[in-house]
Amino acid sequence: MPRTRLYSLDELDDIPGTKVFRALESRQAYHLHKFCMSLMSEDNRAAFRADERAYLDRYKMTEEQKQAVLARDLTKLIELGGNMYFLVKIASTDGWSAQKAVSSMSGMSAEEYAQMMKDGGRSPEGLRSKKDQN
Amino acid sequence: MARISAGIATSHVPAIGAAIDNGRTRDEYWAPVFEGYEFVKEWVKDNTPDVVILVYNDHASALMLDIVPTFALGFAEEFLPADEGWGRRPVPTVHNHLELAAHIAEQLVIDEFDITLINEMDVDHGLTVPLSLVFGQPEEWPCKVIPLAVNVTQFPTPSGERCWKLGEALRNAVKTFPEDLNVQVWGTGGMSHQLQGTRAGLINAEFDQRFIDLLAHEPEELKYITRIEYLRETGTEGIELIMWLIMRAALGYGVEEKHRFYRVPASNTAVGHVVYEARS
Repeated sequence: MPRTRLYSLDELDDIPGTKVFRALESRQAYHLHKFCMSLMSEDNRAAFRADERAYLDRYKMTEEQKQAVLARDLTKLIELGGNMYFLVKIASTDGWSAQKAVSSMSGMSAEEYAQMMKDGGRSPEGLRSKKDQN
Repeated sequence: MARISAGIATSHVPAIGAAIDNGRTRDEYWAPVFEGYEFVKEWVKDNTPDVVILVYNDHASALMLDIVPTFALGFAEEFLPADEGWGRRPVPTVHNHLELAAHIAEQLVIDEFDITLINEMDVDHGLTVPLSLVFGQPEEWPCKVIPLAVNVTQFPTPSGERCWKLGEALRNAVKTFPEDLNVQVWGTGGMSHQLQGTRAGLINAEFDQRFIDLLAHEPEELKYITRIEYLRETGTEGIELIMWLIMRAALGYGVEEKHRFYRVPASNTAVGHVVYEARS
């Protein structure tokens, strides 16, 4: 049986517009993600809303991560190690839908993105591989 | 003896749960999605299992921060719906079947699956949305539920092939449980979707429909799909489809497809759903 499941993890960097969440990112974002998961209680959401900066200072996140949370810059947060399943808790705290949160990374307005989804979503054509450009 | 009688696969989009909880299932946007579940809601009335082994992924609600298990079995008496940032879903508490869960936990390790046991956790939309789609809005869920959480978030995830083998091991574990129980295995998540980056919103209907075409009778075709192929073809979150393979493998060689459904979109996601009865 060929061991077809084996491949270089470097291939994960070959997908356009995509950052794959791996072990090192998981550690890089540990304190950011600890903050995100703290938003799973109404008391903590209220404390965050009352003074976002003071609340973020309770966590050992990098200053860059804190600034990106304050700016709600999800693209930056993913660059800094974040994963959407954690980050979406910030969006939920803000009362954003998951679709609005996701659209904020897509380079489209929330309305354009919603329409694209209604029309069948984004085609994978040309977005599978940077090197193969397919 | 316990037996696996049927399997269900379904997407578990959180917005679907919100639509149910907020009474919006007849809205123009949502009605075509919920129509796809009318069959299973009727079917399950005559096919209510004693226990569902519910294969899902935790979306950073109980796992993935301090502990990142590849395969984990819920091992508490009960599980509350998680507060994922907007309060707990108004759905019943999930009750476990501890004797079967303990048997599975032991048999899986004997069968070379080094499973993690979770003695306390809340369950998120990945587990509760499928229950709502199938059972509607009852006061109590009509069966016991054994949560089986799969890491599909932090790469590398388990391979499709490994998931297939876990399904086979689950089947063997259930078959050797001495009590007469009607067990279903549900595989949840998918279909194609990507929730990050400039490729967000990716949908691959061709891949999804081929997956549904082959899953019932030619699943061998699917089990060697690599992680990178799932990522390229179905998006970073589309790899949740490996959990459908666990369900299919647990049903054994022959199945009868009772229902299939596919619809784009629900929020960011392609919705897929199948109902199989075991025939072997």
